[in-house]
Amino acid sequence: MDLTILILLGSGLFLGWSLGANDAANVFGTAVGTRMVRFGTAAAVCSIFVILGAVVSGAGAAHTLGKLGSIDAIGGSFMAALAAAMTVYGMTRSGLPVSTSQAIVGAIIGWNWFSNSVTDTQVLLKIVFTWLACPILAGCIAVVLFKFVEWFLNKANLHLLRLDAYTRVALIGAGAFGAYSLGANNIANVMGVFVPVSPFTDFALTEQFTLTSIQQLFLLGSIAIAVGVFTYSKRVMLTVGSELMPMSPISAWVVVVSHSIVLFLFSSQGLEHALAQAGLPTIPLVPVSSSQAVIGAVIGLGLLKGGRNVRWGVLSQIGTGWIVTPFLSAAICFVGLFFLQNVFDQQVYKPLSFELEQHVVTRISDLGVPRTAYADLVGESYESSGDLLKAMEKNAPLTRKQVHIVVEYARVHYIDITQSKLSRFDFSRLSEVQIDTLQKLEGQRYHHAWQFADALSSLSPQWQRQPATVSNRIYNKRLDDDLAYLVRTFENGR
Amino acid sequence: MRIRLVSKNIKLFNKTRVLEQQIDEFFDKVSESGMVFSRALEVYLAEGANEEYEAFLQQGARIEGKGDTLRRTIEIELYAQTLIPDLRGDVLRLLEDMDHLMNVFEGNLFRISIQQPDVPEEFHAGFLELTRTVVTCVDSVILSARSFFRDIDAVRDHNAKVIFYETEADKKGTKLQRAIFASDLPLDRKMHLRYFVERIDELANSAEDVADTLAIYAIKRRV
Repeated sequence: MDLTILILLGSGLFLGWSLGANDAANVFGTAVGTRMVRFGTAAAVCSIFVILGAVVSGAGAAHTLGKLGSIDAIGGSFMAALAAAMTVYGMTRSGLPVSTSQAIVGAIIGWNWFSNSVTDTQVLLKIVFTWLACPILAGCIAVVLFKFVEWFLNKANLHLLRLDAYTRVALIGAGAFGAYSLGANNIANVMGVFVPVSPFTDFALTEQFTLTSIQQLFLLGSIAIAVGVFTYSKRVMLTVGSELMPMSPISAWVVVVSHSIVLFLFSSQGLEHALAQAGLPTIPLVPVSSSQAVIGAVIGLGLLKGGRNVRWGVLSQIGTGWIVTPFLSAAICFVGLFFLQNVFDQQVYKPLSFELEQHVVTRISDLGVPRTAYADLVGESYESSGDLLKAMEKNAPLTRKQVHIVVEYARVHYIDITQSKLSRFDFSRLSEVQIDTLQKLEGQRYHHAWQFADALSSLSPQWQRQPATVSNRIYNKRLDDDLAYLVRTFENGR
Repeated sequence: MRIRLVSKNIKLFNKTRVLEQQIDEFFDKVSESGMVFSRALEVYLAEGANEEYEAFLQQGARIEGKGDTLRRTIEIELYAQTLIPDLRGDVLRLLEDMDHLMNVFEGNLFRISIQQPDVPEEFHAGFLELTRTVVTCVDSVILSARSFFRDIDAVRDHNAKVIFYETEADKKGTKLQRAIFASDLPLDRKMHLRYFVERIDELANSAEDVADTLAIYAIKRRV
């Protein structure tokens, strides 16, 4: 990996450092602020579990962020992460608590605007919905958990000192869980924008265990978070403990556990799989704000006790910060991309091509896109999804699903299945049958990703998508990830 | 593996267990000092400041000294291990207030030994009744203090008893003083006896003060 790549990844590392400095306080702030846990202990536990969470479970939320906007050039990823980091840092310096999740989402949308890429509004709405759902859910969990703890302690009649000792152990345990959830959920904020352009290759530690390129990316990001925890989080930990509402150590434990449960719910692929298998609605895997979850839990407890102890003025300041953050981050990203591209001559997005050739038109027509939208555009090509859709919507309005179909099927990928690329490919993620099928396509070329996918699925059912039911969601998602990886590997220019 | 885990757990909470025992022992000392005072007064009224009384005096002094040592040890441990940071101040004040009760018991034993009040037999029963009521009042506040650590809901119950016995002590003290000043004793002896009535009654007043602060601490201790 050359120095340029490392420098460009640096903005993500800066963002990771900021996240460690700020969000570690959400996990251990009350424990350290109330002097129940020493800072050194808190920092060590937080760092270890953030790294574990990021490497072991970080992929789920990153996937959703990728669907919002797939930044395909490392210069673009650099500026998106830098814009988010600058927003977080600037807001913190102004004394406003900030959500890293909202900053990175704003930056991704800024990139979409600059590159004239279509923003998937459903994904955006899903993310915004979770910004509302997260604090409410955390508050509800906190109330239920608090009532249970209160009942239990009244029954247990523990000696005050014994309760103190147990509370310390519980705070460390909850902090570890919270740090794991923080790593799992928020590593997407730090390194998610670099996933499509990851400079790492899969690395086999043992015969059975491989560290994928994404895991290596997340490991780097989580180490940056750990450095932020050790170097800058102490002051934030000591002040965040009782800023919004004075709390006892047990209330602090309830807040941390509630926050951790919410973050875990929104990042656990295992839970999503289990819910899908049981036929239940799944929870979207989205990076949610650690700060929002903590504040939601604190407000929940405050309202349970009558709301008198809550500092509503502080809360309104926090809410203002949350609203301003994504807009500010988007604006900084947009301006930054302009300078990066035009002044520093860096590629911030890959030039794309969208063509409405006859076979594309046939396919999108079969999938329900109205003919009136594209009848006079057959044979035309466009440099961005935005231009393509603008041209089509002049003729006829399109639904969100139709937009998605048009963008997917019209996009040109110059895919070349060469022997040299096959020899470098990491087959560990595919089955024997899938590998066999892929190798049969050696020497073939495709203009579009869907043609490549069709060729694979025609040769083997293991490359076919299952019917779009809830229980097949996980299987189809894995298949889509594998196909996306194949396209990135065999596309010309890589 | 299981044995190792258990022994690790014991080691993990051993310091806590030792401190709990020390707090219990401290409260035991306060209770003992009350019982020693009660017995010493019985002996003094029956036989004067004889050897038996002096033995109780020394015992009372030893108990008070041991109580001081325990209190200091507990205070140092609470700070050194940064235990119960949100309630530490309350617990330390509570220990000091309870220590004050022990000091008053010991102080009264020494005052009796030094000043040797001449208590007419007609007032013996009054003094003994007052002392018993005061010692019961102090015992109730000790139970309240123990409950603060173990069973917060019981604090209120014991506090109610403290208030009751303090009121009773006031009534008995007032009745005794009236009887003393209505008697034919010279004024100096009346004043001397009144002084000791007030010193004994002071214990019930102090115990009630401790109960009032315990009520506040109990509210703060709630989750």
